Amino acid sequence: MPAAMTANADVFAAVQGKFPAVTRRPSSDHPAINVPAAAALAVMQFLRDEQGYDYLTDLTAIDWTAEKSPRFTVVWHLYSRTRFVWVRVAADCADDANPSMPTSTGLFAAANWHERECYDLMGVKFPGHPDLRRILMWEGYPHHPLRKEFPLAGIPTDLPDAEIAAETGIGLIAAPMAGGPFVATPGHLMSETEPRAKDEAWSEQRAKPDNA
Amino acid sequence: MATEHTFTDASAKTTANSPKEFDSETMSLSMGPSHPSTHGVLRIQFELDGENVTKAEPVIGYLHRGDEKIAENMTYNQFVPYTDRLDYIAPLANNAAYAHAVEQLAGLKMPPRVGAIRVLTSEMARVSSHLLGLGAFGIDVGAWTVFMYTFTEREKLYSLFEKLTGARFTTSYSRIGGVSRDLPPGWLEEVDAFCDQFLPILDEVLALLSRNKIFLDRTVDVGIISKEDAIAYSLSGPNLRGSGLAMDLRKDRPYWGYEQYDFDVPVGAKGDCYDRYLVRGEEKKQSIRIIKQVVKKFPAGDWYAPDARRIFAPPKDKILSSMEELIDNFMIVTEGPQMPAGEVYFEAENPKGLLGFYIVSKGGGVPWRMKIRGPSFSNLSILPKLCVGNLVSDVVSILGSLDFVMGECDR
Repeated sequence: MPAAMTANADVFAAVQGKFPAVTRRPSSDHPAINVPAAAALAVMQFLRDEQGYDYLTDLTAIDWTAEKSPRFTVVWHLYSRTRFVWVRVAADCADDANPSMPTSTGLFAAANWHERECYDLMGVKFPGHPDLRRILMWEGYPHHPLRKEFPLAGIPTDLPDAEIAAETGIGLIAAPMAGGPFVATPGHLMSETEPRAKDEAWSEQRAKPDNA
Repeated sequence: MATEHTFTDASAKTTANSPKEFDSETMSLSMGPSHPSTHGVLRIQFELDGENVTKAEPVIGYLHRGDEKIAENMTYNQFVPYTDRLDYIAPLANNAAYAHAVEQLAGLKMPPRVGAIRVLTSEMARVSSHLLGLGAFGIDVGAWTVFMYTFTEREKLYSLFEKLTGARFTTSYSRIGGVSRDLPPGWLEEVDAFCDQFLPILDEVLALLSRNKIFLDRTVDVGIISKEDAIAYSLSGPNLRGSGLAMDLRKDRPYWGYEQYDFDVPVGAKGDCYDRYLVRGEEKKQSIRIIKQVVKKFPAGDWYAPDARRIFAPPKDKILSSMEELIDNFMIVTEGPQMPAGEVYFEAENPKGLLGFYIVSKGGGVPWRMKIRGPSFSNLSILPKLCVGNLVSDVVSILGSLDFVMGECDR
């Protein structure tokens, strides 16, 4: 699509003209930029007010695992209702252990719930958010399930309601995985990519290891 | 309402001295998660002053299944059935949107027949979804008859889905690189016949409501969403267009060949519940218009991408007779379809609004991260602002007019 290609060059040039610290993010579909976390809000305000990207379609974060630093990247997708193109804005969180990103709720009301979800599932905090509580999991849930170290089966925890937990004497158990899931990991050698059960192989018959 | 109050503490007395004569203590009321008008498992925690809503706090997550976590732990093909369960009222549209996102990652171009099949099934899904939305909205505001009509029509659509996919509800029809099977013989004619008989019935159903005094009283000027709010809260679909914004990706960024078909994008004038009802009514007619055009000029050719080797499973007879195809099939099943590293974001104009998939790939058959943008999630985020100042009974109208589904909100 040639129109989108010119828009790609345009938006990057425009943003870089104002914020020299931004870099081009490799992308095969939409224009994409990497911004320093401190400048993310200013860049998005510029995109919203002067480039017409006034519609926040999506906000999320990526966990690159604990071995990588920076570990968390927050990604916004903004849409222009006049040029019909998206722009992808990505910013790395500086602190791997305690990731945070300035809130964009001041720019987009829609960011409110998206940031709550991001905090809930990924554990990225958004200082300045008016109401940063969990949204999909319950208040008091101790984990952030979309982090890579969180096992697919889940981790046994207490029930949300202490009264019911005391009355019934049960808690939440991890899902029985029956040996699965059998997932191939990306690699070059056949022996590496061969699908194998991840080490979540506890089941009804086999107790879950304590360290999982 | 003039009740005598005995005040026990100072703060209550302060309230009594305020200019409003009947100010009283607020009441907290929990609506849902199992309430007929919350259409699933939405719960809203209200703070009420009499019948007036002073605060509304939606509590969501009752249907959270961790779809994004699950997606990271299985191959791209294995995730197709999970997309059925996002907006489970329109699974055909979800499958196709997901498949398109992965195809975009793989850089696959689809033959015209696949595009036509996806347009056709997505528009049928839109009609089916809007029929349910309309019927449920009718029940919410006390019009039972509409539901009976719309469910009869939806039943006919489900029979067509069953003939096409083998399933009525969770269809899992699209595949990455094509669809699961070609159209059965004579099916297009049946779709055409359905459209012809459907339009007069639709007019009849809409006539039951459009000038109905009770319905107008319940919906006109109730739950008005301004254009500015609709954009700020990233509303999409009929909820956005009801506020007068003609944003429709089928027109703005055509995919699957939508640019070949003539259709209009209906928009509302005020953004109240009635406008959203009108927009959905007209969208059904426009969908039928698209379906008729697709049926008329249905392209011949492949129903899967011929160059999608190592992505789309080869035909069964080839698997059983040829070594190459057997190996390909084995690799697709065990390792998943091989994708390049990169990231892709695709949004489709689904019945409920913009359904987006953001996929981050490190190569191989399993996504590293998949974010699903469910339109109902954003559509519901406006509730704390929209409900305040309305009566509790108006909230029922508002919820009905927003036509959300919790499957894609909670994911």
